[in-house]
Amino acid sequence: MSEVATASPIAPAEPLIDPRKTFADVNREVSAPLERPPGTLWKVFFGISLLLTLQFAAEIAYQMKKGIGIWGLNHPVGWAVDITSFVFWIGIGHAGTLISAILHLFRQRWRTAINRSAEAMTIFAVMTAGLFPLIHLGRTWFAYWLVPLPNWRYLWVNFRSPLIWDVFAVSTYLTISLCFWYTGLIPDFASLRDRSTGWRRAIYGVLSLGWQGSERHWQHYERAYMMLAGLSTPLVLSVHSIVSFDFATSLLPGWHTTIFPPYFVAGAIFSGFAMVVTLLVILRKVFHMEEYITIPHLDNMNKIILATGMMVGYAYATEFFVAMYSGNPYEKFTFINRATGPFSWSYWIMVSCNVVSPQVFWFRRLRRSLTVMFIVSILVNVGMWFERFTIIVSSLHRDFIPVNWSYYKPTLFDISVIVGSFGFFFMWFLLFCRFFPAISMAEVKGVLWTAKKNAAAAKEQPPVREPAHVS
Amino acid sequence: MFLDRFRKPRPSRAVLALYDDPDRLLNAAAVAREHGFRDMDAFTPYAVHGLSEVLGIKKSWIPYVTLVMGLTGAALGLTFEIWTSAVDWPLIVGGKPYVSLPAFIPITFESGVLIGGTMTLAALLLACGLPALGKPILDRNLTNDRFGLYVPEYGPDWNEERVLSVLRKTGPVDMKVVRV
Repeated sequence: MSEVATASPIAPAEPLIDPRKTFADVNREVSAPLERPPGTLWKVFFGISLLLTLQFAAEIAYQMKKGIGIWGLNHPVGWAVDITSFVFWIGIGHAGTLISAILHLFRQRWRTAINRSAEAMTIFAVMTAGLFPLIHLGRTWFAYWLVPLPNWRYLWVNFRSPLIWDVFAVSTYLTISLCFWYTGLIPDFASLRDRSTGWRRAIYGVLSLGWQGSERHWQHYERAYMMLAGLSTPLVLSVHSIVSFDFATSLLPGWHTTIFPPYFVAGAIFSGFAMVVTLLVILRKVFHMEEYITIPHLDNMNKIILATGMMVGYAYATEFFVAMYSGNPYEKFTFINRATGPFSWSYWIMVSCNVVSPQVFWFRRLRRSLTVMFIVSILVNVGMWFERFTIIVSSLHRDFIPVNWSYYKPTLFDISVIVGSFGFFFMWFLLFCRFFPAISMAEVKGVLWTAKKNAAAAKEQPPVREPAHVS
Repeated sequence: MFLDRFRKPRPSRAVLALYDDPDRLLNAAAVAREHGFRDMDAFTPYAVHGLSEVLGIKKSWIPYVTLVMGLTGAALGLTFEIWTSAVDWPLIVGGKPYVSLPAFIPITFESGVLIGGTMTLAALLLACGLPALGKPILDRNLTNDRFGLYVPEYGPDWNEERVLSVLRKTGPVDMKVVRV
């Protein structure tokens, strides 16, 4: 099939969409889940996530009343599952921006079927992540102190602190991701408006802002979309770099390393892609999107998981090498303690999930097996959660002086926070799948037209007219 | 520029020809251009590449907004950091100078992206005249599977019959005259 003529220099070996589909099929099939009553499977999933979210809210309320002493935090482990989960969820978000912005700039058109849901995942993951620093404050009602507001103390925030950089990075990330996502949604809201009636038409009409697809508007739209992609690309790299500065600018062995920014970014993309695979495998099944989110899409995702997994593995090795090479006894001890100390179980969960498990993706058959990719994607997420746990807790629990040493045990409330955050995230994602088009109809149509032309060029089988005008 | 719409006398009617594939639309647009039709527009379910060149629509000015607003945002961010840390209440933290430039860079960058990005979206809405909720929908299929060529009344020499007869030969699936 390599002799197939394509608009892009690299011809995809397999079509990403069946060229026999019509434009109307795309609208009908993508909108279908929004227009029929929710299925049992959706209701069950939503019910579970809602319950988990409610217990999360109850936990937060109780914790605000009692204080963060109800968690297993102690001296010296002052950061544990809360900050671990914060870094984990921020990391999850990164894949969405990578797919939508970076792959857009590289003109990887296979992104079109998955970018919408990946961007939604980004927004919900960042929302979830944003909760953690707030509840971790203990006195959450003073959260506005993080923002440089004029106040009666005449005191400004300390702009030299990475924790303040974090406030700016995460809030900018959420805002820009929302802008990017909404821009992408406008034409699809217009499609939904034009195919619905009654109150749905009114709501989608307002959301579409009255978009009609004028070429004058598309001209601006495409450029604005490109600009937002161009801004999001350095932004996403900066966000996890800044998150890593929270650790790297401290003096604690195990945190105080220059490798952190690229290491964190690679890990973020790795875990985020794994989460996208987990979600897509479920989404395509529950909403019958198998013809849009195809095996070649997932195959590509798994290749990225394999590549970033090895980057992360390389970073683990580098950390050990540098600790050994530095000649610093504290640094050496931290890493030996990580692999053999009281938290070695967490370290080895991390290594086996993140470095070993993605290796199955070297094999094409396994890379294209839904069962294998689903299991591996979950393992990677588990591994990446434990990576952050290892970095944070195992570095903290044994620092310079043995009299300071301690162990950290999560309480029921810590577990409740972790589980609750998953419920919160999935609740939003499930709502998104029900009310917003999970696949970008407008972009898929562009890919569909290319696929039709390719198919027509390969063999005159599907009836596609001779291009009347080639620009 | 978007201001043009306020300067020109607004057309009162237009011919809308609907096609069922983007190549026919591109062809029709080229034919219409050869016949001297002006101020044309097209309505498509997705961004058809090459269409704006055929219709003679100018390239968007939005990237300049992004650039200028991005730089403005970064400048504002940095100025604010310097003003709070070195002017309003100079305070030495961690033995660093009042103006700790390297430490101020992350927020400078983030404010540039924040202002640049939000202003890009604002510019997009302004450029497209959105929200335009009151506008009548030309055709419900234009966001589905129809590609429309839109020839508005561009001047006294505009002739509805002529436009219709020229476009009829380009193979539309439907044509209508719309009041605007």
